Amino acid sequence: MLDIDNLGISFGGLAAVNAVTTQIEAGRVNAIIGPNGAGKTTFFNLISGVLRPGTGRILLRGEEVTGLRADQMARRGVARTFQTTTLFERATVLDNLIVGHRLHTRTNLWDVLLRTRRCRADERACREKAREVLDFVGLAHVEARPAAGITQEERKRVAIALALATEPALLLLDEPAGGLNPEETDALGALIRKLAKHDITICLVEHKMQMIMNLADKILVLDHGEKIAEGTPAEIRANQAVIDAYLGSDHAELH
Amino acid sequence: MTYARRLAWPAVLALGIVLPLALHNDYLLTVMSTAFIFALATIGMNLLTGYTGQFNLAHGGFFAVGAYTVGVLTVDHLWPFWLAFGAAGLVAIVLGLAIGPLSLRLRGNYFAIFTLCVGYIMFLVIEKWDSVTHGVVGIIGIPSPPAIGPVSFDSPRALYYLTLAFLALGMWLMQRIVNSLVGYTFIAVRNSEPLAQALGINLMVTKVSAFLISVCYASFAGGLYAGAVRFLGPDLAAIDHTFDMTMYMVVGGVGTLAGPLIGALAVPWVTENLQFLQNYRFVVFGPLLIALLIFVPNGLVGLWQAIWARRAARAERSAQASRTVSGEPHA
Repeated sequence: MLDIDNLGISFGGLAAVNAVTTQIEAGRVNAIIGPNGAGKTTFFNLISGVLRPGTGRILLRGEEVTGLRADQMARRGVARTFQTTTLFERATVLDNLIVGHRLHTRTNLWDVLLRTRRCRADERACREKAREVLDFVGLAHVEARPAAGITQEERKRVAIALALATEPALLLLDEPAGGLNPEETDALGALIRKLAKHDITICLVEHKMQMIMNLADKILVLDHGEKIAEGTPAEIRANQAVIDAYLGSDHAELH
Repeated sequence: MTYARRLAWPAVLALGIVLPLALHNDYLLTVMSTAFIFALATIGMNLLTGYTGQFNLAHGGFFAVGAYTVGVLTVDHLWPFWLAFGAAGLVAIVLGLAIGPLSLRLRGNYFAIFTLCVGYIMFLVIEKWDSVTHGVVGIIGIPSPPAIGPVSFDSPRALYYLTLAFLALGMWLMQRIVNSLVGYTFIAVRNSEPLAQALGINLMVTKVSAFLISVCYASFAGGLYAGAVRFLGPDLAAIDHTFDMTMYMVVGGVGTLAGPLIGALAVPWVTENLQFLQNYRFVVFGPLLIALLIFVPNGLVGLWQAIWARRAARAERSAQASRTVSGEPHA
């Protein structure tokens, strides 16, 4: 799905991500893990177009997408969620989701002022899509509730629904289970599995090890902006470099 | 409730139409006409600031540019009023296309500060460019809008209806915009730019569109002002008008359809009614404004919405309670 070659970016001499080469494999759950400050979110920002890479190339299904903006990436089928989702609190959940399908519509100002057929058809399509994705994430019952009135867990699901409304081929999830209790985390894991089953390639950043180990087909481990390991959950569990990075054994010996 | 909602706007318009029949006072009609003109400009400001989240402090400048376009073209170049009025919109778009993409590269407060400077430059150009704008002398003797068919606009009452018609048209177009996919796109940008961009929304295109629509409202309102007041001075471009419009918007409710309209009509009404205090009126008005900002930060419309939301929540709770009492499952 995504071929990443020698990807890197520096902030004032600090290499936040340094020469990472990897692949996001189509149809699978790809996970990125690493200690705090390892560069996971920066890596995410690079591949979703939020940040422009300093070095390296990104190919999406063979097509060069290095340096494209986030909206251009979204139009090419790469959607993402954020650690915190800012919703329009006064509006209903459904109204918040309508704009998610906007990139597939062509309604412009004249259509709106004249309320043309295209305008009405696009609005209907967006509303239907919003209902469909809300149903997919299991939140059809909160449709009419103001966004301010939903729980943290529901908010996480709405964020995923919003990304789904763009009809992505690749979905990047930034800590989707952050702040959720163990049961909610399990339920969210099930949702992510369901997404993968529906032919959406998943790439997620997550801190919750157990969730990752159960969920991921493939794990990429970053530390100090560099790739230190890559493989299946079993391989990662046995990898000495990963254990060192997480437990900090080399530092422990030094001091 | 839905009936009431559907009838609310026609009822407000009907009230506006019958008001002059009750008011036999030309002065009050003129005050109302001016309020309508500023309401139109404020509605435009609200699209960019309230719905799209970009605080444009050059809005009053665009108002003045529209007014001067009409003034200069009708007085010095003898253009017919309505042609000059159309040109005001064109000038706003041309200027907006030059200023919008440049200034919208900046975000948040930096955009506001940049446009503050743009507004000041507009003021300076109007004040100093004697050969075109007549500088500090201003433009005198702008013709009043000529008759459309049998309807002429030289009486205060006719002018009242003219400004009311433009305000109604402006409101009607605005509700189409904000309740559409285009409006939802603006709101998404205000809500969170990174999120909007991740959903495939081109931020620059969206913001520039909002900017252009917004300044067109300002410019057309300015054009009407020129026809209604018939005298223009460079002070029209001073920052005061932008701040007045901001105040109307905040008092009424930022980012709501009715807010800027309510604010733009209520604030002049209050200041008019405090006239008897003469210069001391600001001693009353200032604290009133501060109290409003502290206790009703979302404006009058925000207050109204909050009351309704609370009522709805209470109704839902009591409905739930009665279901629980009657032993029905509520899963």
